Amino acid sequence: MSTVLRGFHGGVRLPRSKETLQGTGSRSVALPPLLIYPLQAHVGTPARPVVGVGQKVRRDELLAAPSSYVSQAIHAGTSGVIVEIAARAVIHPGGVTDTCIVLRADGEDRRLTPAPALDLGRATPEGLLARIAEAGIVGMGGAGFPSHVKLREGLLNAVRLLIINAVECEPYIACDECMIRERAADVLLGARILRQALRASQCVIALEDDMQQARAALSRRDLAGAQIVRVPAIYPAGGERQLIRMITGAEVPAHGLPIDAGVVMHNAATAAAVADAVAGGLPLTERLVTVAGAVRTPANLRVRIGTPIAHLLDACGRSAADARVIVGGPMMGTRLIDEPAPVVKTTNCVLRLPAAAEDCTMPCIRCGDCVEVCPAQLQPQALYELARAGDWDGASDLHLFDCIECGACAYVCPSRLPLVHYYRHAKSEIEALELAQRRAAELRSRYEARLRRLAQAGDAAAEAEGQAGSDVDAAPAPAAVPDRAAMRAEIAAAVARTKARRTANTPAAAGEDEDGAR
Amino acid sequence: MFTAIAMAVLVLGALMAARVLVAASASPPRGSHGLAADIDRLLPQTQCGRCLHAGCRPYAEAIARGAARINQCPPGGEATIRRLAQLLGVEPLALNPRHGRQAPASVVIIDEEACIGCTRCIQACPVDAIVGAARQMHTVITAECTGCELCIPPCPVDCIAVVPAPAAQHAWQWPAPGRVSA
Ligand code: SF4
Ligand code: SF4
Ligand code: SF4
Ligand code: SF4
Ligand code: SF4
Repeated sequence: MSTVLRGFHGGVRLPRSKETLQGTGSRSVALPPLLIYPLQAHVGTPARPVVGVGQKVRRDELLAAPSSYVSQAIHAGTSGVIVEIAARAVIHPGGVTDTCIVLRADGEDRRLTPAPALDLGRATPEGLLARIAEAGIVGMGGAGFPSHVKLREGLLNAVRLLIINAVECEPYIACDECMIRERAADVLLGARILRQALRASQCVIALEDDMQQARAALSRRDLAGAQIVRVPAIYPAGGERQLIRMITGAEVPAHGLPIDAGVVMHNAATAAAVADAVAGGLPLTERLVTVAGAVRTPANLRVRIGTPIAHLLDACGRSAADARVIVGGPMMGTRLIDEPAPVVKTTNCVLRLPAAAEDCTMPCIRCGDCVEVCPAQLQPQALYELARAGDWDGASDLHLFDCIECGACAYVCPSRLPLVHYYRHAKSEIEALELAQRRAAELRSRYEARLRRLAQAGDAAAEAEGQAGSDVDAAPAPAAVPDRAAMRAEIAAAVARTKARRTANTPAAAGEDEDGAR
Repeated sequence: MFTAIAMAVLVLGALMAARVLVAASASPPRGSHGLAADIDRLLPQTQCGRCLHAGCRPYAEAIARGAARINQCPPGGEATIRRLAQLLGVEPLALNPRHGRQAPASVVIIDEEACIGCTRCIQACPVDAIVGAARQMHTVITAECTGCELCIPPCPVDCIAVVPAPAAQHAWQWPAPGRVSA
């Protein structure tokens, strides 16, 4: 039993490029010699290492603990020894490095004894949240937001609807579909646990129209009150806002979160990880990754988190020499600069794509195609002009920050303009500017406070010399002048205070101390 | 040849100054005080004095009066010059190297072993980013330090050092399209 939903505004039909993987099982990949764990592979503050170089660990042992409410725990993916905690290449569009814990595998793959399973009949939301946090689970669909934080916020806001998102609308990506086929029971158990942790009254599992086998795998089992819905295979149907719109009809407000629309959304892989944590007592150390594109044997690989991406490409075989590596889908993925960068909890896909012919863009011909496909109902063409001209205010006024960077506009643009790149650049300029302005405002107020303090001290000194003091606001220019006067005054005052204290040491003068010093 | 360039620069400079003056007087409702405040809002508030004014606000006032160019603030760099040019309706200039070059954000740290607690650095710090009392070890509050380096010359034991600012103060940004490596 499943409902078919109508579409959303805009969107594009993309070639699916998933045929080779549909119906095939996942396969495991040999353990790499080194597993690498960046401390900042999630939304929030970086994790704090709790192991030292030289320390021996077993699989599932805690390597780094959350450093704040919005942070995550990191666990060892195999047994071995910590050989390094240092800056290493990570998945980043600018090739920025991050501090990483490096674990050398000893090949024995010994595990800790799993934590006892929680009894779902008695478990409280608190208990479930604590277990999910301990297991280091973050959103595995790409965002990497710590799952327990999302759940807690949902619980506090009395969210009633849980959506399990299994919509993989980008070409190539097929790991969630594969995982549901192989682990349907765990996905359903995870959904039930998440629902219990949220005290949500409803649960919807969203699949794409062409995921027949996954749908069959789920429908064969007890859905425990969850409802399966099918969304059209139109990109970006799996976008958080688009999916919520299709399922509930509600809009997530601009700058808002799904909880503002009464929804908490979790990815299907996240649900399975939650089942592992609560029923299996295991932290998140493994995931499925689709490896596709220019490789000899495309596959959904069972990968230990921390495995270098080069290791996955070696396992599948590179088939064309000249290719770019993309982590994530071809539409929204990140161009990989360093192949040794490791798989993290959010890595769902590694692609090798033929090197794009760049520098062949043409001027905008104002065809309006981009406007038609924009799922956020923006005017991509106007945003492009404003971003190119550096008119940040104008771009913000046209809701630049509602852009989900889906790339639908750039995909249809006949002039092949790198539209999303312009939006990302503009957004990061605006954010940096706002940060700088907030910081400047703080510095200014501290600077002015200091000037006022010095001016007051200067006034005191000036009055002593029978001169009128000056107002800071009216004459802030000669800041250096009150400086010296103030210093002299402060020293004079300090000397006076010291003298006063000395006199105060005689019992008779003790009562006058404070008045005398002020 | 050289004279011609010098002349051109002078003429350009005079024109610029005139345009700044025009811009300054072209906003009568706020007056130059309001304009100075608007300019000050675009300055980084490092308060380092590299613009050869006593701080950001005095420099802002000098610009508003037409007595200073918009390209004298190294901490603000090109971005600040662009924003000033936009505010004042003038063409951007290149940063004047006489005032220094734009460098990545930095902060200072005090070698707490060596510090003798003389308080001179505290007196020099324009934004109260140093804590400590007389004859006690002094410490820089990193999050509040602007990296202006004004505390360094007064220190009698040379125990203050410049280090790169923590990441949050100069986060990675998406480059402009076209400047991306292919
Ligand atoms: S990238 Fe942004 S502007 Fe372009 S279609 Fe997607 S949401 Fe619209
Ligand atoms: S699709 Fe491209 S060419 Fe057409 S209006 Fe949009 S930006 Fe211009
Ligand atoms: S150079 Fe810039 S930051 Fe330094 S005082 Fe002048 S305006 Fe302020
Ligand atoms: S601590 Fe030194 S460098 Fe930092 S703001 Fe104060 S004076 Fe400037
Ligand atoms: S000026 Fe140098 S020695 Fe004096 S208190 Fe500051 S850091 Fe210490």
